[in-house]
Amino acid sequence: MTPAFEPEALSWYEGSARQRIAALVDPGSFREAVGPEERATSPHLALFDLPEQFDDGMIVGQAAFKGTPILVAAQEGRFMGGAVGEVHGAKLVGLLRAAKSLALDVLVLFDTGGVRLQEANAGETAIAEIMRAVVEARLSGSRVVGLIGGRSGCYGGGGLIAGCCSALLVTEQGRIGVTGPEVIETNRGVEEFDARDRALVWRTMGGKHRYLIGGADRYVDDGPEAFRAAVRDVLAAPGRLDLATLDAEQARLERRLARFGAARDATDIWSALGVAEAPAVPGLSTQAFRAVALGRESAHDAR
Amino acid sequence: MERLSYTLSAPIPAGGTKPRAIVGVVASGNLEVLLERALAPDLCTVEIATAAHGFAEIWAAVVADFVARRAAGGLRIAINDGGARPDTVALRLAQGARLIAGDAA
Amino acid sequence: MTLAEILAGLFPEGHAVTVADGLILGHGPRPGGGRVHVLGIAEGTPLGIDGALALAGRVLAIARSGDGAPILMPIDSASQRMSRRDELLGLNEYLAHLAKALMLAEAAGHPTLGLLYGRSAAGAFIATALATARLVALPGAHPEVMDLPSMARVTKLSLDVLTQMARATPVFAPGLDNLVQTGAIGAIWDPQRPLAEQMEASLAASHPGGDDRDRLGAERGGRPRAAAIAERVAAQVAGRA
Repeated sequence: MTPAFEPEALSWYEGSARQRIAALVDPGSFREAVGPEERATSPHLALFDLPEQFDDGMIVGQAAFKGTPILVAAQEGRFMGGAVGEVHGAKLVGLLRAAKSLALDVLVLFDTGGVRLQEANAGETAIAEIMRAVVEARLSGSRVVGLIGGRSGCYGGGGLIAGCCSALLVTEQGRIGVTGPEVIETNRGVEEFDARDRALVWRTMGGKHRYLIGGADRYVDDGPEAFRAAVRDVLAAPGRLDLATLDAEQARLERRLARFGAARDATDIWSALGVAEAPAVPGLSTQAFRAVALGRESAHDAR
Repeated sequence: MERLSYTLSAPIPAGGTKPRAIVGVVASGNLEVLLERALAPDLCTVEIATAAHGFAEIWAAVVADFVARRAAGGLRIAINDGGARPDTVALRLAQGARLIAGDAA
Repeated sequence: MTLAEILAGLFPEGHAVTVADGLILGHGPRPGGGRVHVLGIAEGTPLGIDGALALAGRVLAIARSGDGAPILMPIDSASQRMSRRDELLGLNEYLAHLAKALMLAEAAGHPTLGLLYGRSAAGAFIATALATARLVALPGAHPEVMDLPSMARVTKLSLDVLTQMARATPVFAPGLDNLVQTGAIGAIWDPQRPLAEQMEASLAASHPGGDDRDRLGAERGGRPRAAAIAERVAAQVAGRA
């Protein structure tokens, strides 16, 4: 017998998309839309003789969070690396359109390497639709919160969608980027980026670095309680999107470029942010890290 | 993809009342199992789509063993397989049967 | 067509559009009075943090000006700039910021029109042309999600196999027609007809139902399921709310 599933003991990194949703929202409140029983699978993977998954790696639906109705989407990072294909993407588009018409907030549990290359044109178009749907939901007042801590990280188009969210919560293991390490190495050579150097990957794209430069708003432990507390926090903030928001984002991104544009390594940036022993940052506990991160660049809702 | 399909008489009806349950993910060496309460309580069907070709005999044995020993009566079971080993398949089937009966997986 | 030819066709009476560091910036007159802001990417330049920020700053300045003038975005780019520095500094935020700026300018009354006239790929494409309200292309444009050698590395398929499959499988293969089929590109302009007229027609085309790319993808066969799935999710969620 395997032990019963205990939501509070879940490692976000190790867990499945369904386990993450179950552990995050009010117990038993999640109701899935276009669930696996509808067998809405990818129409394209068969061309590559690849197995399908009944939910195409995207689980969407509504739930309650602290008693309030909310919409939730979660990517399954172990299926095709969480990559966005036609059906996978369309489910999130539909959910975001519903968020706009119902004036509900949305939680997006990212876990993706980006566009699913076997259906690249459909996936890329879906990414563009998702970004537009995020922006439209936000313009009509919904908050769209990204949670990042899965094994596939949040890369490619996933990174761009995350950049459209009103707030981002990240764990140490949650990497955020556009071009993944392997692709940089393939295109630019191992001198530019050694994809096998895991320490380099974590400190260039990992959660601690993103939190320090203002690329994420909350740094959380790898479990549901930490994510719940952070979600509660950011849902209390306005999360608005208007010209003032983007003017402020323009200013903070210009400031980042001016302050750190000449940095060679993340540790140079961390030192400039006042971290006394920058090389020690990757090994710090959450508590110790938060203490040295007080001088970090904060987005202050400018995203 | 290789597609396999089995219809067996099931001695033990599935417990509980949940209409469906799903366990596992499709990944290398892993599989997902979707169980739906859709048949007469003494029947069980299992449909498999697998990336690993040529293992029909092993599937037949694992499925027969599962239906004989677990509460599988009344279940229509669908599997997407990423090339899981037989012990992983047996584990997921057992988890699925427990989940649809109302126990945690 | 070269950018110079395109600009001459769009603005027969002259324009104030220049290219510097691979970025297109400026404006040109509309036939009935008023102007079109022109900003984009030229010469197959990759889009990195610096370029994205410069373009976004310009878009936000236009949105603040409140002149209501359309924004035309001609694109001939590489992909996003693939470098350690860009990733270190958070390229995803810079590209998303540009896309949001374009959509906000649109919401503030500036019609946005993408014009793909060369190459484009991946993040650079998503943050620019694919973030406009309408996207058109000229024949010979060549969009792709990822070049085949990079795809080979990620999919662990050989370059030979991928090249073979690219010929047979439109949903994954690079190329203009394939992105027309998914609905990402609304229309292809006719280079034999006056471009100024075609631009006015594209700007005038209305969007009754908002983002219609998934519906176009269904009609054209490039995305058989997306529109129906999105609609079904929204209906199920609304039905229970």
